[in-house]
Amino acid sequence: MKLSATRARAIARKELREYRHNRQLVVTMSVFPLVFIITPAVQIFTQPASAAGPLAHTQVLVYMLGIPALVPATFASISVAGERQQGTLEPVLTTPIRREEFLLGKALAALVPAISVSYGVFGVFVAAIELFAQPAVASAVLHGPELLAQVLFTPLVAALSIWIGIAISARSSDPRVAAQLSVLASLPSIVVTTLIATGKIHVTPGLALSLGAALLLLDALGWRIVSPAFDRERLITGTR
Amino acid sequence: MIHLISSLVRKPGRRITGVAGAPAAAVGPDEAASRARGPRTASPGKVAAPGGTSGTVALSVHHLTKRFGARAAFEDVSFEVGYGEVFGFLGPNGAGKTTTVRTLGTLLAPSSGSATIAGIPLAPENGVEIRRRISIMPEAPGLYQRLTVAENLECFASLYEVPVPRERIELALRAVNLADRAGDPCGSLSKGLRQRVALARALLPDPQVLFLDEPTSGLDPVAARDVHELIDGLRQRGVTIFLTTHRLEEAERLCDRVAILNTTLRIIGRPGELRERLFAKTLTVKTLVPLPDPGRVFSGLPGVDGWRQDGASYVIAISDLATATPAVTRALVHAGADVLFIGESRHSLEDVYLQLIDQDAEAGEQ
Repeated sequence: MKLSATRARAIARKELREYRHNRQLVVTMSVFPLVFIITPAVQIFTQPASAAGPLAHTQVLVYMLGIPALVPATFASISVAGERQQGTLEPVLTTPIRREEFLLGKALAALVPAISVSYGVFGVFVAAIELFAQPAVASAVLHGPELLAQVLFTPLVAALSIWIGIAISARSSDPRVAAQLSVLASLPSIVVTTLIATGKIHVTPGLALSLGAALLLLDALGWRIVSPAFDRERLITGTR
Repeated sequence: MIHLISSLVRKPGRRITGVAGAPAAAVGPDEAASRARGPRTASPGKVAAPGGTSGTVALSVHHLTKRFGARAAFEDVSFEVGYGEVFGFLGPNGAGKTTTVRTLGTLLAPSSGSATIAGIPLAPENGVEIRRRISIMPEAPGLYQRLTVAENLECFASLYEVPVPRERIELALRAVNLADRAGDPCGSLSKGLRQRVALARALLPDPQVLFLDEPTSGLDPVAARDVHELIDGLRQRGVTIFLTTHRLEEAERLCDRVAILNTTLRIIGRPGELRERLFAKTLTVKTLVPLPDPGRVFSGLPGVDGWRQDGASYVIAISDLATATPAVTRALVHAGADVLFIGESRHSLEDVYLQLIDQDAEAGEQ
């Protein structure tokens, strides 16, 4: 089976254009990340220099992996159910597009803003630490390996969240239900990042590598796992 | 408009390859001749064949059935549609028309039966190739409301991998008289204009078979007339059109043949043939005052099988128009009747449709 990059790109471009025209969605997308910077902001900016020692043993920035877990879930959850509700799914499916191309296009469209927002917020937050936190606190919090892990894990976590969201969206008839379920489904990722950030789980390089490999594998297999959930007949007729 | 349509439809000789279960087909000179010929055809067999193995038939459906659980959406449907033919698909709500279109468009899998669409067997592995050769305009336009008209069409041009999409979009928009609305968000358009955008979208891929599901639904008479002209233009260029409609006068005006579906296919043929098949030939006679003894006037005339009276009007069942009409005229003159009108009774496609649907309803009640 040969997939067409043109068709997948067409779906992604269309989605991004729709996001651009949908102010409500953009506002929601901008508000979500704020939730994930409250805890680290309180922990970092309110601490005196003497707190640098204990902070050096925490991984407080890992909180922010909640952003790539949650932001794309919103987009992914409406990707199929939203089209179905608008009545735009049938015309698209009458074209030569394969379901895999459709799903890849949708995933790509959710990934782009999710990564942009996650990296953007993270970058601004790191810059704010450098500029405004106590120098001792800043150097205790900003570890090179942790920053690298954040950069590498952001797309992996986002992609997993997207595939779960699309799978839910493909099975739901109501976009609101799909959105709620997708947020629920992203909670385990947020719980894990919170446990890491609060020091309940101590991440060793081996554990980080294993987690990364597992996420990479799930992401790579994502569209193959999700594809069977995308049943043209059920999506068009509401039967089966 | 014809010029625009000519630009939109395929140039002869384009090669189409890579179909499971069907050898490669090329659009050759025969099809070009057929397309140039243009006029209505009575049956698919009379249309010149395109090159390759797809032959003369654009759509060939054999005993096709689609069930949802125990309920049959349509059952044992068989018909053929020739290249360049405008085929009307009529039926009441819930008759299975849209499900048939969806099945032929590879959106739904048939429960049983077989079909060939644009030369390609209907099978899951051929879905992409079939959808490359056809275009479907669903009843609901299904446009992205936040995107502009041009953005909507750009998306679909890419999905069809249309070469030179900008030019194609411009032509499609001009064909539906929407060139000046390209920058408008679809959500700001009226229902009729959205319908036209959907039609432009269906024209983008240069389809061999165009499925139009209620294309004039919600359009004002002028816009509907424009769509009719567009369909006429497409027919003249040899595009096969499968038209589902509730507007019987539209079907009668546009379609070479029509089929009436009511879960099963009730009848198929040219509108004139259907009238002849379903209704006895009759003459209508109107006189200024009722005849004093119509039995004496009409009985025993050559070619006349019977008659019935409705005030000063008479419906005379005839076996042969050429024999009966002069005989009836002479008899009326001989009887000294003040004749207002003598003519062959005309039954519309609507009469045919209602007759069949009423028969089904009566059968259902029994």
